[in-house]
Amino acid sequence: MVTEDEVQLRTDNVCLSFGAVKALDGISLDVKLHQLLAVIGPNGAGKTCLFNVINGFYRPQEGEVYFEGRKITQLPPYKIAELGISRTFQAIQLYAGLSVVDNIMAGRHIHLKSGMVSGAIYFGRAQREEAEHRKEVEWLIDFLELTSVRDRIVGSLPYGLQKRVDLGRALALEPKLLLLDEPMAGMSRDEKEAMARFILDVVEMRGITVTLVEHDMGVVMDIADRVVVFDYGHKIADGLPEEIRNNEQVIKAYLGKPKEA
Amino acid sequence: MRPSGIMDVNYRQSAAMLRTRSQWLAVGILLAFLAVAGRVFPSEIVDVMNMMFILIVAAHGLNILTGYCGQVSVGHAAFKGVGAYSAAMLIVRLGWNHWVALPVAALAAGGAGVLFGLPAFRVGGFYLAMSTLAAQFILTTVFIFAMPGIVGGISGITVPFPAIGDFSFRIPENQYYLFMPMCVVMTIVARNIARSRMGRAFVAVRDNEVAAEIMGVNPFGYKLRAFFIGCLFAGVAGWMRVVYDGCVRPDIYPLMASIWLLGTIIIGGMGTTIGPILGVILVRALNEMVLMLSPLIGGFFPIEIAIRMGAGLGLIAFAVVVIVFLIFQPRGLAHLWEVLGARMRHWPFRYEPR
Repeated sequence: MVTEDEVQLRTDNVCLSFGAVKALDGISLDVKLHQLLAVIGPNGAGKTCLFNVINGFYRPQEGEVYFEGRKITQLPPYKIAELGISRTFQAIQLYAGLSVVDNIMAGRHIHLKSGMVSGAIYFGRAQREEAEHRKEVEWLIDFLELTSVRDRIVGSLPYGLQKRVDLGRALALEPKLLLLDEPMAGMSRDEKEAMARFILDVVEMRGITVTLVEHDMGVVMDIADRVVVFDYGHKIADGLPEEIRNNEQVIKAYLGKPKEA
Repeated sequence: MRPSGIMDVNYRQSAAMLRTRSQWLAVGILLAFLAVAGRVFPSEIVDVMNMMFILIVAAHGLNILTGYCGQVSVGHAAFKGVGAYSAAMLIVRLGWNHWVALPVAALAAGGAGVLFGLPAFRVGGFYLAMSTLAAQFILTTVFIFAMPGIVGGISGITVPFPAIGDFSFRIPENQYYLFMPMCVVMTIVARNIARSRMGRAFVAVRDNEVAAEIMGVNPFGYKLRAFFIGCLFAGVAGWMRVVYDGCVRPDIYPLMASIWLLGTIIIGGMGTTIGPILGVILVRALNEMVLMLSPLIGGFFPIEIAIRMGAGLGLIAFAVVVIVFLIFQPRGLAHLWEVLGARMRHWPFRYEPR
């Protein structure tokens, strides 16, 4: 795997609290270009919160987020998407009323140009645009092996396939940084393997930086270049998978402190 | 949908509205029927059809706003009224041409829609419905009380009928040839919006606002666009209504009309283009049937009750139909239409052979 030392995304001392609960407490993190970074930690450690801060969905009380050197802390989520940050969701958040094709097509929203008037006329510009972008969407459908269900309404698809459509929609945005929030939660072993393959392939083919939150330690240790561990809103470890595996603090966070006799 | 076993060979084909020869044929027959219907049917029926065309345009607007974008509006008749009043005032007070007044009236209604759509920044669902309800009351109050010398007050404004040369749009048979093409064009526009970038963004906001925003759709921006387009359609329908009535009056655009329209798209099927059309046809046909039947039913009751029954029966029939649809077919007539289409695809087989 190619690893460059260039930092793509940096969070600088990010603090986020809801009332008295400190969800994120001084998180400083560098996401390096083309690296597959895994964020792990027990439930409620603040992993999804961090994603929501990066997406601009939560505004941190303190600290800043920089993407490609630019401060994005104050930007609304849709602007941050336009910069090239895309994500998938832990619980499925698809557009239930649209077909698979249209869901992925909707992911290309920022790349389409047709507005109110050209959309209303349709013939000409909008039609050409639809056909052009459809090509990209069909590539993703093919890649994610969704061909047989491509015209189905996503609400009627089984869970595993919906997760795949979610990944497809995120990739359709052609992100530079892809945030995956538990892409393998609730999946069977086969489905997990397929998902891991999609992620690794897409990293290799498109050179996307991926940050993922995942609970399956086996998967994380296998595919991640680097692992960050959260506990109660703190970053308690940061390093290569092998280092994390033997880190005492991490083991303590996951398994608890052995009682002193 | 293509017949079973026949596949699209390019993306343009797969995105097309009419994809088979029989679909083209069906549309051709429909258009031919529409082209002659204005001259074939008796005047009363043509008049009912004219009303349907107006309502279909308005229902498409409400469907874009409520069906596609999920922003419930119970003030759509008032937005229609804004279009109608703008047209009437431009034509009568300023002496504008009818045709020039049309786009301006439509834009005025669209603007009013954006104004009353602003609360969508903070509120949604039931609370947004309340703010559009406010729009309904505020706007009708304005129609009645604001500057009666200009707006017309309770008695409204009488508007001359438009004409092209000697062809005057005064009688229903002639109005038909104005309303029918407008309805066809607006239907195509509604479909085009729904199937392009904007329509997908509307559904994205409706189905999952959070995901939409994170995927690059500005939810508030698209809600306002939905208000603008939905009310633009209402404005066009308002202009048509002015031509239909030859006047504007505040009582033509009451709350009940807004609620009828909402019920119509529920019956027809929200979030589909065919829905508003089917809904309007069913609801208007039902209305006409009640009007025909109520004297017969009234005959069974003593005269004091029978007099008061007429108006009530229509409302009761409408309410029953809406409730029946909400319980048994919440996706409306459009869903039945789709199911029928899917069946026909592999008829006479029970399921699609793979």
